Amino acid sequence: MAENNSILTALANPTRFLALSARVLPWMAGLSAVLLAVGLWLVFFQVPDDYQQGATVRIMYIHVPAAWLSLFLYAMMTGSAIGTLVWRHPLADVAQKAAAPIGAAFTLLCLVTGSIWGKPMWGTWWVWDARLTSELVLLLIYLGIIGLWRAIEEPSAAARAVAIMTLVGFVNIPIVKFSVDWWNTLHQPASVFRLGGSTIDASMLWPLLVMAAGFTLLAVSLHLSGMRTEILRRRVRALSLLEAQQRERAPVAAVVAPGVAR
Amino acid sequence: MSGGHMGYIVAAYAFAAITVGGLILRAVLDHRAQQRALADFEARGVQRRSRRKAAQP
Amino acid sequence: MIRTLVAIVGRDLHIAARIGGAGGLSLVFFLMLVTLIPFAIGPDLNLLSRIGPAILWLAAVLSTLIGLDRLFQADEEDGSLAIMLASETPLELVVIAKGAAHWLTTGLPLALCAPLFGLLLALTPQAMLAVSATLLVGTPALTFIGMVGAALTARLRRGGLILSILVMPLMVPTLIFGVSAAGAATGGTVPFLTPFLILCAISLAALVVGAVAAAMALRAEG
Repeated sequence: MAENNSILTALANPTRFLALSARVLPWMAGLSAVLLAVGLWLVFFQVPDDYQQGATVRIMYIHVPAAWLSLFLYAMMTGSAIGTLVWRHPLADVAQKAAAPIGAAFTLLCLVTGSIWGKPMWGTWWVWDARLTSELVLLLIYLGIIGLWRAIEEPSAAARAVAIMTLVGFVNIPIVKFSVDWWNTLHQPASVFRLGGSTIDASMLWPLLVMAAGFTLLAVSLHLSGMRTEILRRRVRALSLLEAQQRERAPVAAVVAPGVAR
Repeated sequence: MSGGHMGYIVAAYAFAAITVGGLILRAVLDHRAQQRALADFEARGVQRRSRRKAAQP
Repeated sequence: MIRTLVAIVGRDLHIAARIGGAGGLSLVFFLMLVTLIPFAIGPDLNLLSRIGPAILWLAAVLSTLIGLDRLFQADEEDGSLAIMLASETPLELVVIAKGAAHWLTTGLPLALCAPLFGLLLALTPQAMLAVSATLLVGTPALTFIGMVGAALTARLRRGGLILSILVMPLMVPTLIFGVSAAGAATGGTVPFLTPFLILCAISLAALVVGAVAAAMALRAEG
């Protein structure tokens, strides 16, 4: 715990974070690329067709990791939100902001692949299935959070507002899940085909785990890179404010000086 | 890979490729843009306070 | 302390009743929505009476959003928010008082007038009663969830749109159980009390979470 704390404090210095992340990032991105390549090979050349779903079961290998990442990135945002509100950790704001668009993208990916999978399985592009519907609400929450980031200009005020919204959303997500499940069973008979509802065979589990690990590393790499960019963006912002200040002072001197000479 | 559902699989993987590619492209381009902006400021001689302090003790 | 809270509720009710206040307008908006929907889906009374509770609930969700953006913004502009932040009364309670005043001018009138508007949608007396009861216990949840968004956007000049976008996904559970309870009263597979009690629970939870989060938001930005 103490060691963990000291790592967090050491990382609080943005310059040190930039140096450290620059060393870690290529390895992480490379490993993610290797894992995804192995995963794709497994999926397309090793996995047998499912006896029920045929070849379309291959969509699962992107759908499930995307669903996992949509929740993982929201959890990461929640952790950072606590960091922002409780410890005022300077990197927590940055971590929150970088995670939101990536989380939204994976949520969208989960929805679209779910919909494409649904067409051959259910016969329609969209079914108001409990999981798809909760994921849709999650996407709306992500979009609201991104909107709030863009609405408030001052970065640290925006970070605090978004942190509160993220925590409220975090409390709400299980309630949304529960209510959508309830609503779904109320409106649809139990005969609905459920995606991934049955137990999974080992020959399908391993490729899924490899794909999930590859996607997770990809998301973490994207997140680290997003944090680095965000730190730079804040520096740019600080510099442009500084320059504006200097420019405000300079013209006054330039106007006054000739007047005195005359 | 039997069955007539090849199109759906291709579509799903294509969308995944577009999403991931878009995310990577956005990350790289955005990072470059910020780096360029920082270099711009540096060239014009505007410096961050922490650096200025270090430069002129 | 109690006197302060009563004063806040009284002041907000007074402002709402004044010329230029929002009192009554949300009710008019509610009536507009209930009038527009039959124009969109046709005057089939059987269909309308079947989806009537859903129409009334959707209209209630949208009408609650009206006026929410001004809930804290007006106080921010005239400086009373700064006084509330500095006062000895816990901000959470102040925020609850503000929410109560908002509910008294929007949620309560909607719940009371719902049977009247139910006539337009050919609801049975039983369904009218059910919609009214569910709106009565459900609209506080809408108000207190919305209050979080109002507090977060209090200092934004054009916060209305972002407020709705933030808050509407969080209203999904309230809508689900509100409509389910109203539907259950007129027949269905579940007893009326199950969704109704969950709706009550959501309202109570929203009261606590909403008050804490809204107070935190007002403090954080101040």
